[in-house]
Amino acid sequence: MTITSKEQTNAVEMRDIVLRFPGVLANDHVNFTLRRGEIHALLGENGAGKSTLMNILAGIYKPESGTILVNGERALFNSPKDAINRGIGMVHQHFMLVPTQTVTENILLGLNDPGFIMHLPRYDQKVADLAEKYGLKVQPTAKIWQLSVGEQQRVEILKTLYRGAEILILDEPTAVLAPQEIQELMETMRLMVQQGKSIVFISHKLNEVKRVADRLTVLRKGKVTADGIGLENITKETLAELMVGRKVLFQLNKNPHTPGDVILDVQNVSALNNRGLPALKNISFQLRKGEILGIAGIAGNGQSELAEVITGLRACQGNILVNCKQVANQSPKRAIDQGTAHIPEDRTGVGTAPGMALTGNMIMKSYDHAPISQKWRISYTAAREFASNLKEKYNIQAPSLSTQVNKLSGGNLQKVILAREISCGPTLIVAVQPTRGLDVGAIESIQNLLLEQREKDAAVLLISEELDELLDLSDRIAVIFEGELAGIFPTEEADVKTIGLLMTGELRRQE
Amino acid sequence: MSFSFARFIPYKLQIQKRTDEVSRWLPLATSVGAIVLAFLISALILLLIGGDPIRTFGYFFNAAFGSWGALSDVVVKATPLLLIGLGCGLAFRMRLWNIGAEGQFYIGAFFASLVPLVPLVNMETTPKFVILLIMGLLGMLGGGLYGLIPGWLKAKFQVSEIISTLMLNYVAVFFNNYWIYSKFSDAGFQMTPMFPKSAWLPRLADYARQVKAFSGITLHLGVVFGLVAAVIIWIIITRSRWGYEINLIGDNPQAARYAGIDISRNIILVFMLSGALAGLAGMSEVSGVVHRLQERISTNYGFSGVIVAWLSKLNPFATILVSFLFGALIVAGREIQPSGLYFFIQGMILFLVISSDVLLHYKIELVRAAPEERK
Amino acid sequence: MSLEIILRSGLSTGTILLFAAIGEILTELSGVQNLGVEGMMLLGAMAAFKTSLLTGSPWLGLLAGIAAGGLLSLAHAVVTIHFQADQVVSGLSLTFLGTGLALVLGEGLSGQNAPLIPNASIPLLSNIPLLGRVFFSDLNVLVFLGYLLIPFSWWYINKTRPGMHLRAVGEKPAAADSLGINVYGVRYLYTFVGGCLAGLAGASISIAISPGWYSNLTTSGQGWIAVALVIFAQWNPLRAALGGYLFGMLRRFMLDLQGPMLIFGLRNPFFYNHNLVFFLQMMPFLLTIIALVWGSASARRQRIGAPGALAVPYIRGERR
Repeated sequence: MTITSKEQTNAVEMRDIVLRFPGVLANDHVNFTLRRGEIHALLGENGAGKSTLMNILAGIYKPESGTILVNGERALFNSPKDAINRGIGMVHQHFMLVPTQTVTENILLGLNDPGFIMHLPRYDQKVADLAEKYGLKVQPTAKIWQLSVGEQQRVEILKTLYRGAEILILDEPTAVLAPQEIQELMETMRLMVQQGKSIVFISHKLNEVKRVADRLTVLRKGKVTADGIGLENITKETLAELMVGRKVLFQLNKNPHTPGDVILDVQNVSALNNRGLPALKNISFQLRKGEILGIAGIAGNGQSELAEVITGLRACQGNILVNCKQVANQSPKRAIDQGTAHIPEDRTGVGTAPGMALTGNMIMKSYDHAPISQKWRISYTAAREFASNLKEKYNIQAPSLSTQVNKLSGGNLQKVILAREISCGPTLIVAVQPTRGLDVGAIESIQNLLLEQREKDAAVLLISEELDELLDLSDRIAVIFEGELAGIFPTEEADVKTIGLLMTGELRRQE
Repeated sequence: MSFSFARFIPYKLQIQKRTDEVSRWLPLATSVGAIVLAFLISALILLLIGGDPIRTFGYFFNAAFGSWGALSDVVVKATPLLLIGLGCGLAFRMRLWNIGAEGQFYIGAFFASLVPLVPLVNMETTPKFVILLIMGLLGMLGGGLYGLIPGWLKAKFQVSEIISTLMLNYVAVFFNNYWIYSKFSDAGFQMTPMFPKSAWLPRLADYARQVKAFSGITLHLGVVFGLVAAVIIWIIITRSRWGYEINLIGDNPQAARYAGIDISRNIILVFMLSGALAGLAGMSEVSGVVHRLQERISTNYGFSGVIVAWLSKLNPFATILVSFLFGALIVAGREIQPSGLYFFIQGMILFLVISSDVLLHYKIELVRAAPEERK
Repeated sequence: MSLEIILRSGLSTGTILLFAAIGEILTELSGVQNLGVEGMMLLGAMAAFKTSLLTGSPWLGLLAGIAAGGLLSLAHAVVTIHFQADQVVSGLSLTFLGTGLALVLGEGLSGQNAPLIPNASIPLLSNIPLLGRVFFSDLNVLVFLGYLLIPFSWWYINKTRPGMHLRAVGEKPAAADSLGINVYGVRYLYTFVGGCLAGLAGASISIAISPGWYSNLTTSGQGWIAVALVIFAQWNPLRAALGGYLFGMLRRFMLDLQGPMLIFGLRNPFFYNHNLVFFLQMMPFLLTIIALVWGSASARRQRIGAPGALAVPYIRGERR
């Protein structure tokens, strides 16, 4: 096996990688090359196969066929440990940290040193030194559940660096960060590359990628559509076309619409989170019919709790009136009866019953009144008809009405939830991260559905981590920081910089 | 996951999660297969300890199906299993592990027995069907209240119902013992006096004068309770709102909560109904079979009922079939030495059923190994 | 009724519970819930008794008991870890299997006398006034083994690397897997260890602390009490041992209550109406429930909980 000079400059080469999952060809003869000392962006929409490809590189999946070369030598990974031994470290989108253990313990997990007896203070110091070297501020003795999301990400990066990773894979690292933190991350990445590391940066956001990447590879439906190209002449449009395969119009049908009466009135609401710490502090705002209020903020600042207190899933202090009726501290049924629809953050955990059929999931909100049920009985014929209509109307792809929903793709699952919630003709829609993890086509349809509801005079509370989405859809934007509303203003007056500062608490502004 | 003998054979066993629907007959096939396999293994164990499996199983068959009397015995044994299996099946649908059917059975039997023992009504003058009706209702009440306890503990304090129901089983037996040893004892023996005929569930043997063939046949009305209950449970599960709620809670309690369903209330209700059915089984046993309250009125019906429920994959009509099968096991098991084999077979069946469930979730196929892997 | 006797009795019978409970703690810390403890205990008791009887060596019997528990637990391990069957049902089925097997293979053992694990006294410690007599003299060897197991298991879980890996696997297996820890292997190991300890607990009944074979009355629910103890102990071996000892003391106390005519100068109801003893027999089981209620409430207050991935099967790469 001769090593050509070209191969010598490449940190990683993946050739002809094929991997199939039940029902889908995730990687279809993919080629990918990472040069030494570069930051290489891997783009594609959700479901394109980028995470899968990198999971193969990290040893989590085994490809059906294809070769991997690391620093010119063939590599066959049977487990993540093999990849780590070859100097590859991956920071996952969903952190792989043990919440009840400390930073140092998490970093030391799986290593041979210290051997049997764990005497930590010496290692706490080592971790602190390493963190200092790369400008990653973190406290080694803190337990993971006590850390913020940004801090947890730093721990993940430290994990790889501690193990001597020369090749780092960052999977959608910016999803959980505020604009300033993204800036810091990019500086850290440049610092690491200066120290000789090579980085793969997975993303679906071109604007970020342009700031920091040297080259770019695009995947679409498992195939490579752009192989290691430079960024000089890339526009948003060409990129979108590479990612999606057709000209994407970025067209949203947002018409001017005059808001009506106040439908949601949140008054001095405070609530605790699952850890017993204050999540919402004296929040007040109003929402009118026919308007979309977007709530911007970094994950963990109270958004989830806000959605939960409005929909009756969490206790709180203060008043929440929907249609002038109190829904705070009542059962979710109360909110539902007042016409509240909830599109939850957690599609499989909360929004659907995975083992139940499509029909069963569709009727979750309407099973207790006509025409589906009479008194104590349920007519499954009526239920099937109802589900069938919705399936057609919202173009939900599923083999049949009796398919279990855990077999549906993310996009279709979200359509089921939306179909179900919207079909009741709601007056208030609480949508939390409605387009997260979906492909461009699904995102477009869901965003248009929300706008449609706005024109039908429904009020929409849109909680999202995608600032672009909020700017495109909302009439007004509010920023939530540490459980308080840091600012609330009409979208026309919004600028990204100010919002970013509000999101990290460096600026406070009241309406 | 894949096991590869790749070095020698160019094929490998590949185990992949299923994404398609499973054919209707597969769950049935796995249950049947499990039972057959359990018997085979038991035969093996019998051989190991020096028994003769063929003769033993021959006895089995004869003891259970050899005569009308035997068949009637099978039905009699199946009756409490059916009622308990239905109750447990309903609870399991909601992922509530009611292992306390045994205790609920005893308490139900106790409550029902109060009618002739206290006595609560005049046993001479009250019409028989009224007496039996009250006994039945009290049996359900007793079992229901006893089921309320673990249900409430779970709803309010999230106490594991597995342990609380198990503990309560022991408590119920001791409770029963107290009364039959002391207040209601029959001349110091560890049982109550025999109930008057007016408290006996009608049996086919009662009509021996009209139909000669019925003489000695102990099949009693309790089985009708079971069949009616099966139909009612089936209607609840497939045709009622409550059934939908139960299915939803069992599949994903968070989703049920999000849909506005009151989970605590349902935990308590389902536990009570499950307990009530077990209590009814208790009443049926003391009124239809033993005709008195005594220390041992159950040959582990509570635990066998759990297995019956699981084996019938929580389907009420399958429960009828499975309970008859287990009834046959009990009847035949009386003849079998050693007696522990009965426990063992049940455990084996359950174990094999859940192992075979893996086939429902995963596809196992022989695939050509990738050339890469043959080194 | 003397405090000394109650304490010593508590130490003895508590040892049985603590073996099984610590075993289950280890298993559950790895993320596997094994409800078959009762069956494994009974099987272990039978195997120990029979082996001791047949070979004349109680130590071989002890080994047999441990092995029996361990082997049975492997069945649970395969079905729940590899086949990902429901852990509750599997555990229950193993209770039946273990019980059934124990009864079948234990035919004819009732009423026999097998060589037992002896009592002993620890040389220097038993001379300590008061405490020495209670804790260190003339107790079964296995009780002393228990004394060693408690601090060792706590130290192992909290201060060693394998213990840290164990906790990581039970709390967040994906994290452990991504760093090269063999999740399946760890779970198999600790399920096996838990089973062995359950078998040890059973053996300590039949050939040490409550000698004899009484078919399924041998264990009479202690396996379930041990499982409850795990929750009450919040997965901490020290608390589990304390709970076990207290339980043992309570049982002795209940027994003693039935004896004297007068208790604290008042007429002893249990003496005069012998049937009331049934209410006493209920007490261990009712107390277990109360302990569970208290344990659940206390855990919620302190925000400690079960291992994060308890009873959830692990599949690499699958997100839950």
